[in-house]
Amino acid sequence: MSEALHMPQPALEDLIAMLWREGFKVLGPVARDGAVGFDEVRKVSDLAVAMRDTQEPGRYRLGQGAAGEIFGVVNGAFSLKPFFFAPEETLLEAKRERRGFKVSEVAPVAPPLAFIGVRACDLAALAVQDRIFLHDRFHDTHYQARRKDAFLVAVNCARSAPTCFCVSMKTGPEATTGFDLSLTELEQGFVTRSGSAAGEAIAAKLGLSAAGQNEVVSAKARIDGCAAGMQRGLDPTDLPRLLYAEAENPRWKDAASRCLSCTNCTMVCPTCFCHAVVDQEELDGNMSRRVRKWDSCFSLEHAHIHGINFRPKIENRYRQWLTHKLAAWIDQFGTSGCVGCGRCITWCPVGIDLTAEVAAIRAHPVKR
Amino acid sequence: MKPRAAVFKFASCDGCQLQFLNAEDELLKLAGQVDFVYFPEARSRALEGPYDIAFVEGSITTPDDARRIIKVREESHYLATIGACATAGGIQALRNWADVEQYRRVTYPSPEFISTLSTSTPISEHVRVDCEVWGCPVDQHQLLAVVRSLLSKARPVLPAYSVCMDCKRRGNVCVVVARGAPCLGPVTRTGCGALCPAFNRGCYGCFGPADDQNMESFARLLASQGVTGDDAVRRLRGINGYVRPWRETADAIAADKK
Ligand code: SF4
Ligand code: SF4
Ligand code: SF4
Ligand code: SF4
Repeated sequence: MSEALHMPQPALEDLIAMLWREGFKVLGPVARDGAVGFDEVRKVSDLAVAMRDTQEPGRYRLGQGAAGEIFGVVNGAFSLKPFFFAPEETLLEAKRERRGFKVSEVAPVAPPLAFIGVRACDLAALAVQDRIFLHDRFHDTHYQARRKDAFLVAVNCARSAPTCFCVSMKTGPEATTGFDLSLTELEQGFVTRSGSAAGEAIAAKLGLSAAGQNEVVSAKARIDGCAAGMQRGLDPTDLPRLLYAEAENPRWKDAASRCLSCTNCTMVCPTCFCHAVVDQEELDGNMSRRVRKWDSCFSLEHAHIHGINFRPKIENRYRQWLTHKLAAWIDQFGTSGCVGCGRCITWCPVGIDLTAEVAAIRAHPVKR
Repeated sequence: MKPRAAVFKFASCDGCQLQFLNAEDELLKLAGQVDFVYFPEARSRALEGPYDIAFVEGSITTPDDARRIIKVREESHYLATIGACATAGGIQALRNWADVEQYRRVTYPSPEFISTLSTSTPISEHVRVDCEVWGCPVDQHQLLAVVRSLLSKARPVLPAYSVCMDCKRRGNVCVVVARGAPCLGPVTRTGCGALCPAFNRGCYGCFGPADDQNMESFARLLASQGVTGDDAVRRLRGINGYVRPWRETADAIAADKK
């Protein structure tokens, strides 16, 4: 890891202004409608300063935090996903011509984005999405156009929400890779490190001095304290095998008795990538747009193929989601689909908690 | 030749057929593609059937309605219901739980001139329906998409998943989780693009039940938010209350209370 630098609080203001000057649109955690989400920031006071979140299954509230604390809110309603994998976008257009029709690709309009305050779990999730959309030689051009110039300023967590479980997924609470700059908030400013050439260049322009030994120690103590205090966990031992073997475990039915099949968990999950592709015709039939939208394995249509639906019940769909996320994903992409951000727990209207479901299946297997 | 289309009205407020006329930018294109030969709200010309496409608004609430819808069906090659009234019985289906005879006597000075049924029922309880366009009112884009599909001789496909999916695509903060507000979104079919949650209010269920939903769990969710008894019944019976999953749930809650 690169050298630890001391970043006084006013330098954060400079960083935001500098990123705008470098041509980035700068986004950070901003309070809106009772939750924090990435939104445009021009100055530090646009951020959710002096606020704290309380999170539990099915419940999120914003409240007052410590005076002067800038990154007191752990993680918000949305991850980075919507900014790179757009919730809805036109991929191509087909126009009728005198003879036949002409297809043209619609290039995404993508100003370079800079994010301030990205948590380790969300960086890990971005790496998972990169594997999906930028795999080998097969690149999703729309994702890539938005992703390639992004500048990421991570914030190491000094506090976790009760729904967080990054420690057991080995993704947090410290950002170790995938960022340009990382920050650890202290009473007086930040300890910052750069994680890329672009980050180093920005740090150099900010003219930061080396961090003092005591700062480095207390930054580490904060992160370690966060990790040690984490309340939730998901035991990943033997996971693909356990879930495949337990396909008939009665717990799936039990979860389905609570699950609304509303799709919220998959929508907020920073790694879920399912999408539907639909053609939208103009009324006069002379033009058609091919549109990609987020989709979810919880919708009934998702498993509808010619003449049959192979996941007709909610228990089939809940099992599909969890088994893909925690097991098949590993076979498919070499990594778990879960980074432990806890969003699916918080933003499930009925508070279904995947860590509790997996623990229940592990505790009462039907196959040994 | 352009297909001959007709728009029929039964017990309804006209809001759904107005969605055709509200389609300002698309109106010329629409007129270029479809010949509305019977559309009393839009033009005085009223031609006889048969019709290629009939759009039916409104529910069946009188003996005359019940006879007329059969004639409409006979005259129409393709019949699409538009809106909550035609598709689910509408808000006026509240009469299905009430004493209509008493309403008649109390409301009208000369009740003997009022001939009405004791129920408000969807078109599909009377005749075969080829396509149901949900909503109170219907969404203009969905309506025009149905027209376009029919012009292309394709089966119209309307999404039937929950409002939540569009709510999240739109980037709304969930009112249930962040505010504890009741919201019918998880059990409601999308169509509006999650309009109400975008304005920080819970969904009212204008588009009827999603294609699959867990009403027992949803009723427990409402109860955990303090929405029980009459309050819960009213929410479910509001706009599409007579449609089965919601009717049964509301009836069960009402029976529980007694
Ligand atoms: S899951 Fe870990 S990295 Fe993510 S917000 Fe919680 S503590 Fe931070
Ligand atoms: S499954 Fe849940 S906890 Fe895991 S990454 Fe997705 S939203 Fe976060
Ligand atoms: S687990 Fe929760 S968020 Fe996911 S579909 Fe079921 S009820 Fe909705
Ligand atoms: S606000 Fe309502 S529609 Fe939106 S996600 Fe929450 S429950 Fe679903």
